[in-house]
Amino acid sequence: MDQEAAKQAIIDGIKSKSKSKSKFYFKDLTAFVPEMKTLQVKKLLGQMVNEEILEYWSSGSTTFYGLKGAGKQQAGEGE
Amino acid sequence: MAKHKTPLLDELEKGPWPSFVSDIKREAESRAKNEKGVEYQIPVDVCDDLLGVLELSYTDGETHWKHGGIVGVFGYGGGVIGRYCDQPEMFPGVAHFHTVRVNQPSGLYYSTEFLNKLCDLWEFRGSGMTNMHGSTGDIVWLGTTTPQLEEIFYELTHNLDTDLGGSGSNLRTPACCLGMSRCEYSCIDAQDLCNDLTHEFQDFLHRPAFPYKFKFKMDGCPNGCVASIARSDLSFIGLWKDNIRINQEAVRAYIGGEIPPNGGAHAGRDWGKFNIQKEIIDLCPTKCMWMEGDTLKINDKECNHCMHCINAMPRALRIGEDTGCALLLGAKAPILDGAQMGTLVVPFIKCESPYTEIKDLIEKLFEFWMEEGKNRERVGETMKRIGLYKILQVLEVEVDARVVQEPRTNPYIFWKEEEVTGGWDRKIEDYRSRHKM
Repeated sequence: MDQEAAKQAIIDGIKSKSKSKSKFYFKDLTAFVPEMKTLQVKKLLGQMVNEEILEYWSSGSTTFYGLKGAGKQQAGEGE
Repeated sequence: MAKHKTPLLDELEKGPWPSFVSDIKREAESRAKNEKGVEYQIPVDVCDDLLGVLELSYTDGETHWKHGGIVGVFGYGGGVIGRYCDQPEMFPGVAHFHTVRVNQPSGLYYSTEFLNKLCDLWEFRGSGMTNMHGSTGDIVWLGTTTPQLEEIFYELTHNLDTDLGGSGSNLRTPACCLGMSRCEYSCIDAQDLCNDLTHEFQDFLHRPAFPYKFKFKMDGCPNGCVASIARSDLSFIGLWKDNIRINQEAVRAYIGGEIPPNGGAHAGRDWGKFNIQKEIIDLCPTKCMWMEGDTLKINDKECNHCMHCINAMPRALRIGEDTGCALLLGAKAPILDGAQMGTLVVPFIKCESPYTEIKDLIEKLFEFWMEEGKNRERVGETMKRIGLYKILQVLEVEVDARVVQEPRTNPYIFWKEEEVTGGWDRKIEDYRSRHKM
């Protein structure tokens, strides 16, 4: 699977579940591209964060990934 | 004049111990006076409002903080923990009060200049309140606002030569003891190993891909000053595999009272004459020491590196010369499952730069745990779930009797047929010829 196809598979996977959640564990995303090795997925997700397709959400103990702008945003906090 | 009345917090200043309430009040006062003329980038009354929200929490018996969020620096998935107050109108100074974790220097060595720079930066762009250090080891900066994060990150990485620490599902900032820099017991260069692994696995520190947190800690010797065996998922404990070096003349000097035992510690009262039998030999957990006349003997094969004799008679006994470290896996505090101490997986491995063998093991472990670990499961829990033997197979480490703590109560070693002489096939008649019943 080439990079662009893998990115699209991840985006599609996230969108398909976007009604129930906006933040995903790393392992949830690896499941969208089962043919890729975990370390390759890690690299790809890092790239997608740099391209501002995805963003991190951290509770401090656990980190999640989500589509940029999806779910609760920083501006909505503290209100 | 304090901004908020804090009668409950004031009670915490009355005991004989140092009080964090007094510390916060002092910083609040210092910010209000601003004698240094700092151009504070976050509200000047942040400390007052922190006291206020804490007092409210004590009154209500519930927290007024929300933690977690998307805040951070660009490209990093850790190092900043979003924190928000749910009473922002009442306490605007702490409406956004994010925590920043900063990678601490190995062995916690600071120069005054570095400390000053850290504090100046944090007074300027944060609350001025620090926690030196957090449980993982980081410098913890308490309270800043989102616009300050990139500015802080730039300063840290460009002018202070350090980096953000780890948080979230990342490798956490590795931590070590003073190691060889000051300690004669250190069997490994703990600081170098810590620094090397921090750089080598930097991507795992900043870009989360683990099921949960993962910690490295390095103890230079089995005294375990950073308690890596209890506090880290992968613990490195320096030890030796040859013999304890004995200076018999110094042994006799300890016996004769010429050298005070324990490096002169516990000297506040008279404990009587040093008694090597009672204080050293009888306390050896493996009973591998004895005296022959005035000569101390050690059966080193039985020694389990408890360090007691070396600690008590440091001028007579020294660590061996063939040094390396043991690797223990899976320690953790109780979260999903109960607390666990590290389990020995590699009894001895050489520990010299560039640490290739150690890094290979870590890579295998990371790859496996990323595949097999469940969400929010520490590696110690993964190991408990799938068995130690599987982990040893993943690491490509041969099973060693020393990793079995209690034979017959740790039923996780399953032999494969090719590992057993003669395989599974046997003739029952042969067996019965030797065992009638």
